[in-house]
Amino acid sequence: MSGSGGEDIKRHVKVYIAVFTALMVATVITVGVSYMRLAVLLAVTVAMIVATVKGSLVAAYFMHLKSEKPAIFWLLMLTASFWVLLMFIPVLMHLDSFEIQAER
Amino acid sequence: MTQASVHAAIEPAETPVTPESWGKLGMWIFLAGDAVGFGTLLASYGAMRATSADWPNPYDALGINLTAFMTFLLICSSVTMVKALEWLGRGDRTRCRWFLFYTAVGGALFVTLQAYEWSKLIHEGLHINGNPWGASLFGTSFFIVTGFHGLHVTGGVLYLLAMIRWVTNRPDPAASYNAVEISGLYWHFVDLVWIFLFPALYLL
Repeated sequence: MSGSGGEDIKRHVKVYIAVFTALMVATVITVGVSYMRLAVLLAVTVAMIVATVKGSLVAAYFMHLKSEKPAIFWLLMLTASFWVLLMFIPVLMHLDSFEIQAER
Repeated sequence: MTQASVHAAIEPAETPVTPESWGKLGMWIFLAGDAVGFGTLLASYGAMRATSADWPNPYDALGINLTAFMTFLLICSSVTMVKALEWLGRGDRTRCRWFLFYTAVGGALFVTLQAYEWSKLIHEGLHINGNPWGASLFGTSFFIVTGFHGLHVTGGVLYLLAMIRWVTNRPDPAASYNAVEISGLYWHFVDLVWIFLFPALYLL
């Protein structure tokens, strides 16, 4: 059983409460910003930055990724790299079709 | 063969690079694959949203008050999941089961509210093949992405109920710790995905 010491658990609970508060504040910010009706590009940027911060907090603290073994971290990095590579295929095809149209 | 030797046969010894159990490694591999699925759905949604000339403003079409509450609910359920594991770590199986139950209730409530939201939007004219506000793919992508996530939450609720039974059947809290921790990974992942889906689908 990992981290079962009483003091250790108390410390973890304090961290979890702090993370929960941060998630709630970030959710309020996300909703609040949407009321401001920003330009689409700015709204996307702000929303994705806030979502990335929230997601990182969940992954790092609730999913214990912060203290997880390197194999897990590298597994996720490898998956993310392949995904980015995969996403380039339709983007390149899209750009290619633009070039063909431009040549006509 | 004793129980300890059976356990040793299926669980690898913890090393500096691998986690303490195959189950945990397996769940991370599953989640990595699942993240690719959600990531691709979200990227497709983004591409359609960016290239469509008549994409409706989701903020006006969908409304966000209910969904903001659903987000709050899912974050709260992540905290109750953490508490369930904490109590199991302290050796209190009863409190662990209660917090697993609260987490499952949070998930069930989320799915119920999503079903209510779907029926309301369908009644207002949002269908998988069209809607009164603009691009027909708006409804298609909305139902596919939220439906895929809703299925994950439903699966998570069943998983949590199975975990309550798992903990009940094992008098030694240490025997359930790893399994509950793995189920927690799944539940937090469902929360993490929603954190990205909520602003992407409802606010942009």
